[in-house]
Amino acid sequence: MNQVTSSVNSSETPQHPLPQPERSRSPATATHSKPFPLSRVVLYIVLIIGSVLMLLPFAWLIRSSLMGTSQIFVFPPEWIPSPFQWSNYPEALTSVPFGRYFMNTFMIEVCVLAGVMLTSIVSAFTFARLRWPGRNLIFSLLIGSMMLPYAVTLIPTFVMWRELGGLNTFLPLIVPAWFGGGAFNIFLMRQFMLTVPRDLDEAAYMDGGTPLTVLWRVIIPLSSPALIVIGIFTFIDVWNDFLGPIIYLSDEKHFTLALGLATFRGLNNTNWPYLMAASSTILAPIVLIFFIGQRYFIEGITLTGIKG
Amino acid sequence: MKRPKSGMMRMERNWGLLFALPAILGLMIFTIGPIVASFVFSLTNWTIGGQMTFIGLDNYRTILTEDATFSQSMFVTTYYALGSVPLGLAAAFIIALLLNQKVRGLSVFRTIYYLPTIVPSIANTMLWLWMFNPDFGLLNSLLEGVGLPGSKWIYDENTAIPSLIMMSTWGIGNTVIIFLAGLQSVPTHLYEAAEVDGGNRWHKFFHITIPSMTPTIFFNLVMSLISTFQAFNQAYVMTNGGPNNSTLFYVFYLWRTAFTETKIGYASALAWILFFVIMVLTVLIFSTSKKWVHYEGGERS
Repeated sequence: MNQVTSSVNSSETPQHPLPQPERSRSPATATHSKPFPLSRVVLYIVLIIGSVLMLLPFAWLIRSSLMGTSQIFVFPPEWIPSPFQWSNYPEALTSVPFGRYFMNTFMIEVCVLAGVMLTSIVSAFTFARLRWPGRNLIFSLLIGSMMLPYAVTLIPTFVMWRELGGLNTFLPLIVPAWFGGGAFNIFLMRQFMLTVPRDLDEAAYMDGGTPLTVLWRVIIPLSSPALIVIGIFTFIDVWNDFLGPIIYLSDEKHFTLALGLATFRGLNNTNWPYLMAASSTILAPIVLIFFIGQRYFIEGITLTGIKG
Repeated sequence: MKRPKSGMMRMERNWGLLFALPAILGLMIFTIGPIVASFVFSLTNWTIGGQMTFIGLDNYRTILTEDATFSQSMFVTTYYALGSVPLGLAAAFIIALLLNQKVRGLSVFRTIYYLPTIVPSIANTMLWLWMFNPDFGLLNSLLEGVGLPGSKWIYDENTAIPSLIMMSTWGIGNTVIIFLAGLQSVPTHLYEAAEVDGGNRWHKFFHITIPSMTPTIFFNLVMSLISTFQAFNQAYVMTNGGPNNSTLFYVFYLWRTAFTETKIGYASALAWILFFVIMVLTVLIFSTSKKWVHYEGGERS
């Protein structure tokens, strides 16, 4: 992947729709390109040691998920399961209704993604392209809201849903996505739209188009990279969300995968192979999406410089 | 660019407001409304199912003068932030420098270093819980393997927070990528000028790379500080705040107060104190930033 670029600094008004590949032949890279062979060797050694440290927990996860309880509690530990206990996976996943949790999570995903895509593109378009009184004030408030600790709004929002009878429904997790789709997504999408040439809008207006025409004919067709970025981030956020479900969902019928996994630990406090098998299963789709959408991931992070 | 005529402007305004409506409503319902409500709650002694009485600033006074759990959770959170933010930033910066070299398999290395960041937080906590296991966990096995004594990790009040700091350092991929983007935008002409003046690698690093990177360092510092002050999952899933309240993160204490003790008023006051602390810290960093953050050309988005 050599698209890793776009500076944080220049993202406000770049001329091109997306980070340019050739930027990765960067100044810093170029100036350090002829070091001593020794430092080269040291560099590789350091990078490889670092990689091993990064990957070791994954290896530990997988190996633990494939062991029997007798082998996992052996000291000193063994790295290769013998035999490979593949049955841990189906057994762990059926011992608790993970199928239902999956369906719940999937339903929330679909509803949230639809809301985020639809309303963030519309909001970003109006902030990037249309002039109306109070626009800058609203945009600043929106951006400012990203700095607000979630703890401040958490309690009143919970109280509101409780009053509205929304506890133990998916509404508290879905409805906010339909109201702008989140400040971060609006910001990211707007950053992207600022790079689309305005001449295209002008042309549409000349032909008697409305802003809706511009949005539909110009902005949406050109915005698919940004929509993919937002889609991936949103999917992952929903998949990983833990605090939302523990606050709003108490009936096991409504559990999401993340919540299911958390309570699974309580039920199977000592069954580490099962717990590791369930954890791997929840991790797998995210890794898959990451490998498919890797390019967009990195563009998304560098396009905004945000996402901590 | 020509500005459209007034009919056009009216149309733009109407469509503009219509398109902004979801975001404006969202801001009012899910941000501004809750902020106001939260502040009002914080002035009451409301518990779910109980009477709501207006008690002025009593919650704040109790928290700041009598509540030992508050000071403990503030201490724990500060300790965690002071450990994990500098360590995370330094590690991320070093990794970004390494990944900014011309090496074979660069994209593979970048992928590997980013991978931990995408692990769902709940799976992450389960995995580390098992790695921290004092008897059969990965970490003690490794220590044992090289002849070092093991540790009780999160199960001992002295090592619990350092353990969680270590765990947080595993997932610094986003910070690495932002640093990497920053490194790649350091102006080439500065390096060339340094070379002409006979500057060596260290000169270039300390006089060009570091100063050019200060805006990125600043940005990452603020963002990681804000997020570490809101740590929650580790305490909830891994340690339940223990042992002996040594991992009682602030948001975990707040959550417990609000959702298990249902003390809505008191918890709201706790939330406002957190807001205030984060704001003061951010303002402090911003005010010192003029001394150490260099912007080329003086402006920045």
